[in-house]
Amino acid sequence: MAQTAMEIAADVNARRRSAREVTREALARIERTDGDVGAYLTRLDEFALEHAEGVDARVGAGETLPLAGVPLAIKDNMCVRGTRTTCGSKILADWVAPYTATAVLRLLEAGAIPLGKTNLDEFAMGSSCENSALGVTRNPYDLERVPGGSSGGSAAAVAADEAVIATGSDTGGSIREPAAFCNVVGFKPTYGRVSRYGLVAFASSLDQIGPFARTVEDAALVYDVIAGKDPMDATSVDLPVEPTARHLRDDLNGIRVGIVREFTTDALPAVVADVYSIAYRELEKLGATLVDVSLPTAQYGLATYYLIAPAECSSNLARFDGVRYGLRVNGSDVTEMYEKTRAAGFGAEVKRRILIGTYALSSGYYDAYYVKAQKVRTLIAADFAKAFERCDVIASPAASSPAFRFNAKSDPYSMYLMDYYTIPVSLAGLPSLSVPCGAVIPEDGTRPMPMGLQLVTPLFEERRLLGVANAFEKATQHASKLTPQIAGARA
Amino acid sequence: MTAVASPEIRAKYQAVIGLECHVELKTATKMFCGCVNEFGGEPNTHVCPVCLGMPGALPVPNKKAIELVIKAGLAFGAEIPNYSKFDRKNYFYPDMPKDYQISQYDMPLTQGGVVRFWLPDGTRGECRLTRIHLEEDTGKSTHAGSGDGRIAGSEYSLVDFNRAGVPLMECVSEPDIRSAEEAVAYLDALKRTFVELAVSDVKMEEGSLRCDANVSIRPVDAQTLGTKTEIKNMNSFKSVQRAIESEISRQIGVLESGGRIVQETRGWDEAAGTTHVMRSKEEAHDYRYFPDPDLTPLEIAAGDIEHLRAEVRELPFERFERYADGFGLSVAQASQLIDNPSLAEYFDRVASASSDPQAGANHVLGELSRLANETGIAVADSKVRPKAIAELIELVAAKTINSKIAKDVITRLWAEGGSAKEIVAKEGLAQVSDPSTIEAFVDEVLGSNEKIVADIRGGKDKGLQFLVGQVMKASRGKANPKLVEELLRKKIV
Repeated sequence: MAQTAMEIAADVNARRRSAREVTREALARIERTDGDVGAYLTRLDEFALEHAEGVDARVGAGETLPLAGVPLAIKDNMCVRGTRTTCGSKILADWVAPYTATAVLRLLEAGAIPLGKTNLDEFAMGSSCENSALGVTRNPYDLERVPGGSSGGSAAAVAADEAVIATGSDTGGSIREPAAFCNVVGFKPTYGRVSRYGLVAFASSLDQIGPFARTVEDAALVYDVIAGKDPMDATSVDLPVEPTARHLRDDLNGIRVGIVREFTTDALPAVVADVYSIAYRELEKLGATLVDVSLPTAQYGLATYYLIAPAECSSNLARFDGVRYGLRVNGSDVTEMYEKTRAAGFGAEVKRRILIGTYALSSGYYDAYYVKAQKVRTLIAADFAKAFERCDVIASPAASSPAFRFNAKSDPYSMYLMDYYTIPVSLAGLPSLSVPCGAVIPEDGTRPMPMGLQLVTPLFEERRLLGVANAFEKATQHASKLTPQIAGARA
Repeated sequence: MTAVASPEIRAKYQAVIGLECHVELKTATKMFCGCVNEFGGEPNTHVCPVCLGMPGALPVPNKKAIELVIKAGLAFGAEIPNYSKFDRKNYFYPDMPKDYQISQYDMPLTQGGVVRFWLPDGTRGECRLTRIHLEEDTGKSTHAGSGDGRIAGSEYSLVDFNRAGVPLMECVSEPDIRSAEEAVAYLDALKRTFVELAVSDVKMEEGSLRCDANVSIRPVDAQTLGTKTEIKNMNSFKSVQRAIESEISRQIGVLESGGRIVQETRGWDEAAGTTHVMRSKEEAHDYRYFPDPDLTPLEIAAGDIEHLRAEVRELPFERFERYADGFGLSVAQASQLIDNPSLAEYFDRVASASSDPQAGANHVLGELSRLANETGIAVADSKVRPKAIAELIELVAAKTINSKIAKDVITRLWAEGGSAKEIVAKEGLAQVSDPSTIEAFVDEVLGSNEKIVADIRGGKDKGLQFLVGQVMKASRGKANPKLVEELLRKKIV
């Protein structure tokens, strides 16, 4: 088993290993495996080695850095000054960011080593990474299958040992679903906990940055670094962040786990449903009590989400107009330039959402669609608040199925359904994560594919959330029961 | 072509005008980022990822700008709701970095209020405000090769984003204005108020005040409103006046010739002196306003509002009433003082120390302003203390000195400062009113001007003023000129 972030940071801080040495090994690993996986859109070898040298110098000067020398992959919708930030889109294929996202800045400051920028569904819109215009990412556990999305590259990088930690962004499930598909931990903190400054916006009221890691502890370690108020993001919350990484519980005594009546697994294939039944029993064995809770409005989550998120995206993506940066396709006048640029620059799913969103906000439809969706969003949040009167944490599937084959979801709606369990949580802004909880061999495959358990707590209860996940992970060790398909993994 | 309607025809119609004014706020930094808010500068030097709308950049509101808008509202008695928010106004334009403008739609910072103004002839008027809201300014485009500077037909365009993101306050009025003169008086009132409150520089030439006018006409006895047009591209108070007048004439011409006013946006052409169609109502944008998810709603505490209210002191209109009605100053004097706040403050100190504010205004706007112009030193910064002018006024009132000497004393005060009384005493400038002393000067002058005396006796009265002058000269200006004249007359007859 490869080293965790905790172990690497401990070694580098104690100067048992240098950050440079760790970085060189990680880069070599990417060199060997990323041809198969395709996690990275841009590699930052030089920057990584240079930064590692800086980390070694700081450690040498007596500093202790929480992420000293820890290899980091960055989702390519987060700005890193002087490097390409593409969002998986042709429209930004050559755009070099002039500044660095706050979350990334904090990670670099904490000693993490930026190895590269990872693939994603274009502008984070999708659940399989297939909407990327710039590359294909394969699931390390079955190269014929998708890694999930939109943060598929980051999830695959961690799963394939091409990074120890990675950043993702989650709008409706974009961290949790690929984490589930790739047998890693994916954590979306409370909306507002992590600054969005420098994260290219998809849906501003839902977007949230969070970590991927192989262990809950590592995810907590990253969270401790990136969480907290940022003066550059007016929506970042000014609340104290209690440190989590070294304060995680490993039992579930006294914990009430809510099982959502409406999130029945009856519609899932029996083998998939069984994985969750077993996982819930494992929670019980650790001391938890299972309680039945109800989220009556959660069934409207998908419809609500697909009005609010496209509405915001239609406005957020207007700036990609060919005037100041990114792709420009000339036309006979400025309007034609806009039209040609955007027609050539955006893929089908992005265009679909811009169209839906523009329609939902247009005069005469605004009240019927956007305003109504906001009202339902409030009801969904209220349902969660009510459910949490009866339980401490909610458990459910993280995704509707294990990773599927490429091109398996040809109609958009079947793709949207992948996020059935994660979207209501996003609408309520709650902290949530996916932790590996078992595997099944899909009907159309031969290799066991990982599954993820979604855990949710009330707003700002990240420590409780990570503690429950840690207890489950430590006791079950599901992740280590699977072996990636790629050569030399977990050597 | 706009035919000029006869006064009789014009008298049949009443104009109904509402103004929308965009005012750039005087803050140190821009509305949503830390870039300097400053007019001019090399193009694209006052910019950052936020005001350039770079991917991933986020807005953070400028608290000072919010306070300035609330202050502006309080100045006009507006209501300040305790809850407000920012919305996105979505439309594509090359000088708008995000292709949406952060603005306020249905919950502006201030609602209602009344702007009171005065016209050059002293009549007063008022216009209700609908609202004042806060938004960000756009960049500035320069279109090359189209001949008329418009984007259509241009070869290429250059954009300067220095102005992008500058805090902009939009003051929307009710259609209470009835003439072009009133429109200008309303603008003057806004300008004076915003300068007084240090809310804005309000320079139309630099674009820190921009104004659009909604104009319609109706028969004088009509109760309903006529169809309005919106006039844009006016870049001075003068052009606002001319444009509105031109548009009123055009509309009268259309109705008189049996036509119908079409709701549209029209541009003012300064050179041609006419308005032309820019776009029709059908071409109007659907801005798809929605609350900006990057910004949390604004909750404005009652305590903060009271704190700001305390900073709003006497306003220009109140000052005008005090000067014109209280002190009896002319409209021109009152306006002149109000337009120079530091001079007005100086004047107030003079007025409060003396019993004759009118005399104070004469000194402040006369000799003192003349010296200020000559020397380039503001009156308020000069060595002349307001108390010295008050003393001077008392000295003139008590006839201790005459107005000619008063001017000399002011010149001395300007050069040296100090007390008017002391200068008068030290220099022996006190007016001579003792008839026997004056008589000696009079006799001396009569003795050496026999021919003129003879002419006066022969009926040529003109010579008398010459003799008065000579006596004054002999007394080194100190003789009481009235007494001199009386004595001369007595002796010549």
